[in-house]
Amino acid sequence: MFWNKEIECINEEQLKEIQLQRLKDTVKRAYEKVPYYKRKFDEVGITPDDIKRLDDLRKIPFTSKADLREVYPFGMFASPLREIVEIHMSSGTTGKPVVAGYTMNDIEIWGEVMARCLTMAGATKDDIVQVAYGYGLFTGGFGVHYGARKIGCMIVPASAGNTRRQIEIMRDFGTTILTCTPSYALYMAEVAQEMGIEPTNLKLKAGCFGAEMWTEAMRSEIEKRFGLNAYNIYGLTEIIGPGVAHECVEKNGLHIFEDHFIAEIIDPETGDHLPDGKRGELVLTTITREGMPMLRFRTRDITSLIREKCSCGRTFVRIERIRGRTDDMIKVRGVMLFPYQIEKAILEVQGVEPHYQIVITRPQHLDEIEVMVEMSKETFSDEVKHIEALKKKLERRIEEIVGIRVKVTLVEPKSLPRSEGKAKRIIDKRSLSE
Amino acid sequence: MNKVYMISVFAENKPGRLERVTKVLAEANINILAFSITSTNGFGVIKFMVNKWKEAYDLLREKGFTVSLNEAIGIEMKDQPGGLYEVVKILSSKGINIESASVYVAETRKRAYLIVEVEDTSKAKELLKDENLKFLNPEEIQ
Amino acid sequence: MTGAKRGDILQNSMTYGLFTGAFVMHYGAEKIGILVIPAGPGNTERQINLMRDFGTTMLHITPSYALYVASVIYDKGIDPRRDLKLKRAYLGAEPYSEETRKKIEDMLGIDIYNCYGLTEMNGPGVGFECKYKEGLHIWEDNFLMEVINPETGEPIPDGEIGELVLTTLNREAMPLIRYRTRDLTKIISEPCKCGRTHRRISRILGRSDDMFIVKGVNIFPQQIEQVLMSIKGVAQNYQIVLESYDEMTVKVEIDRELFDGKIERLIRMKDEIVDKIRSATMVKPKVELLEPGTLPISEGKAKRVIDNRTI
Repeated sequence: MFWNKEIECINEEQLKEIQLQRLKDTVKRAYEKVPYYKRKFDEVGITPDDIKRLDDLRKIPFTSKADLREVYPFGMFASPLREIVEIHMSSGTTGKPVVAGYTMNDIEIWGEVMARCLTMAGATKDDIVQVAYGYGLFTGGFGVHYGARKIGCMIVPASAGNTRRQIEIMRDFGTTILTCTPSYALYMAEVAQEMGIEPTNLKLKAGCFGAEMWTEAMRSEIEKRFGLNAYNIYGLTEIIGPGVAHECVEKNGLHIFEDHFIAEIIDPETGDHLPDGKRGELVLTTITREGMPMLRFRTRDITSLIREKCSCGRTFVRIERIRGRTDDMIKVRGVMLFPYQIEKAILEVQGVEPHYQIVITRPQHLDEIEVMVEMSKETFSDEVKHIEALKKKLERRIEEIVGIRVKVTLVEPKSLPRSEGKAKRIIDKRSLSE
Repeated sequence: MNKVYMISVFAENKPGRLERVTKVLAEANINILAFSITSTNGFGVIKFMVNKWKEAYDLLREKGFTVSLNEAIGIEMKDQPGGLYEVVKILSSKGINIESASVYVAETRKRAYLIVEVEDTSKAKELLKDENLKFLNPEEIQ
Repeated sequence: MTGAKRGDILQNSMTYGLFTGAFVMHYGAEKIGILVIPAGPGNTERQINLMRDFGTTMLHITPSYALYVASVIYDKGIDPRRDLKLKRAYLGAEPYSEETRKKIEDMLGIDIYNCYGLTEMNGPGVGFECKYKEGLHIWEDNFLMEVINPETGEPIPDGEIGELVLTTLNREAMPLIRYRTRDLTKIISEPCKCGRTHRRISRILGRSDDMFIVKGVNIFPQQIEQVLMSIKGVAQNYQIVLESYDEMTVKVEIDRELFDGKIERLIRMKDEIVDKIRSATMVKPKVELLEPGTLPISEGKAKRVIDNRTI
C-alpha cells in the first residue's frame, strides 16, 4: 500500500531533478537566513552558487549536535518566530538541549512523511492507531499523531506510560495499530498477560516501533507475542522527528523519504564519503524544511545504504536497521542519557561521594537504570530513614535532569571498583546482539 | 523438634504504637525474650518472641491488634567471634533465605540464639537437621 | 479574546494524551499562528528554563501547578517581571478561587483567564473569559446552555446556582443533547462590557456529584473503590484525603485475617495499590496502610472523600 505512490515510486532521474532543485533552494535559504550557515560557508569559501550537482553537497561542512547547542535556542531557525508554530526538543539533556522549530508547512510535511510510514505498515482510514509514544517536547507522539490524522485514522493519543490502561484501551477500543518503542511493546505484552489478557486476542495487526535501537530477535518476539507485523521506524528531532525512514512490507531496510531528506554515509573518524553498502555514520540533509533547514547533519547513527531495487516498488534508497551509536551516549527507553548528567545530580546532593556506576539492564524487555552511588562515611553511619531520604532525593534529582526514573542504590564507601584512567561508568547489560 | 513461634504485629509509623503493644504484654505478665522492628515508609512490623506465645497471641488479637503467628527456628550461636557467621553461613549454603531475624540471649546469659523466620520452616528444618547445630528447645522459654 | 496573537509563544503545560486539555489549546493556538511549546506538565526546572530561554508569553496550566511553578521561580531568584516575558495565562481543569487568581497574577505579573470545558464537549473551549474577567462567555453558537436543579431536573432562573446542562449544536462525531455536566454554576445574563453577546457563566463553584479533581484529572471514589476491592489483603474501609490539587492520599485498612507478619508482602501490596489506582485514574496516589479499625465507620453513607482544600 502506498500513501503517495507517484512520489514513492518515482524514477531515479526525476527524483534527482527534484532533489537538486530542492537542495539548491534549501542551501540558499539556509545561507541567507541562518547566520550560522553563512559563517560555515564563508569559512570554507563556498556560496550557494557552488551547488550545481547533487554531489556538490559534499562541499558543505557537516552540522553536528554541538553546533546546534551553540546556537541555542533559536539560532538555526530560517523563519522568523512568528512563522514558527511549534517547538520540539531533543529529550533528556540538560543545559542546552537541541531545539527544533516547525512552520505550518513543516508540520504538513511531517504529517505527509508520517502518513507514508503508517501506510507502509498497512494503516488506512479504518484503522485505530494507539500512539504510545510520549507527547510533549519529545517528537514521537506528535509525529505519529499528525500522520495518522492525515490518513484519517481514529487516533488514540494514549501517550507513554500507564501500561494497564494502555492495554485496557487496546482491548476496549479494538486498537489495530500500535506505535511505541519496541521495548515498551514487549513490556506491554507481559503486563497484558499478567492482567489475564492474551495479547494475540487483541485486534492489533501492525506496529511502528522506533526511537531506540532494537534487533531482529526483538522483532520476532514482538510479532509472536502480539500476532502483528512489527515495522522499524526511524527519525530524529534535528531532522523532523519520526518519519525520516520506515520499513515496507519486505522488512528489509528502511526507505528514506528522499524527496525530503538526502542520506549519505561517512566514515565517522575521517568524515570521508563511504560507498553504498558500507557501514558508517548516517548524515542527513533536509531539502524541504522551512523552519529549520539542516545541512549534512551528523546523526551519529551507524548504518549503511541499500541501493538495490526493493520488491515493494518504492524507488527510495533504504538504510539497514541502526547498528549502533558513534559516541558514548546511551539511549535508554528512547531517552538519551549521558553519564555526566547523572554525575551532575550526584555532585549536587550532599552525603554521597562522586563514585558511581550506571547499570543498564532490560529485565522484562523494558530498560532499567540502576545508579550505584557510594555514601559518604557520615551518611553510612546515619539512621536508615535518612539514608532512605537521601536515596529518594537523588532519584528525584536524576529524574529531573534526565527525564526518566532511575533506581538509586546507595552502597558502602569505597565499595565500587576503582579503575585506572577512564572510569567505567556504564555497565550496559542489555543484549542487543542478533 | 518442638516449635518456636514469632508473633508479628502490624503497626503504623506513629508515636505510641510500640508502647501500646508492649503495655498489653506487660500487663499480662508476658516476658519478651527477643524482639525486632522492620519498618518502611509509613508502616512497619514489630516481631516478638515471648514466653507464653499462645496467650500473647490471643490477647493481642482480642485487643484489636493485627497479629500473626509464625513458626520460627532458634539456632544456638557460639559465644565467640564468628559465632553468628558460622550459623548464617550454614543457612546460606543450604539456600535458606532469612525473612526476619532476632537474637535471644538465654536467662543464664550463657547461650545466645539466632531466631529466624524463613519461607518454608519445615523444609528448612529438614535441610538443617544433619548439620552440627543446636536448636532452641521451646520448653526452655516457657 | 484575551489578546493572544501571532508572535505570541504559548507554553502548554497541560498533559498531552487522552486528557483533552492540552490538545485543544494546541490546535487552537496553531490555528492563530501562535508558537506552541508542548511542554506538558512536570519537570518544573525545565518549565522555567523554557520560559526564560524561549521568551514564553502565555501559559496554559492548572491553577495548582501555576502556584507551584511561581513559587519555584521565586526560589530560584528569578524576577518574573524582569527576567521573563509572560503576559497571560489560561487556567482551567480544576476549580480555584478569585484569591488564587489574584495571587498568581501578582506573583508573575500577568493576567489570568479562566477557561472551561469538558472532554464530552471538545475539551476546553466551551467557555472563556474576556478581558473583564467577570464570568466565562459560553459560545452559544456552538452550545446551548441551561442551568437546572440537580435534584429535580427543573430549570433554574438566571443568576441562581445550579447544574450546568449543555447541548452541542454543530458537532458531527458525537452530538450530545442536554448533557449534565455535574458542574455547579450560574448564568450571568447581563450584557458584558466587552461587547460579546454570548451569555456568561460564573466560575465553577463545585460539583453536584462526588467526583473530585486531582492534577486536573476527574476522579470518582468508585474508581478507587473498585481497585481496592480487587486487591487481596485490603479490608473494606478506606478514605481518600485531599490536601492539595496535585496529590491524593488513599488510606486503606489492612485485612487482619490475611496478615502474615511479612513486611515484604505489605510493601508489594502497597505498590500494587499505587500502580492499579494510577492505571485506573491516571494519577499516582500516596497510599497509607492503616491498622484495622482506625478509620471512622460512618453510619449510612460512608464519607469516603475528605477534601481539605479550599477554593
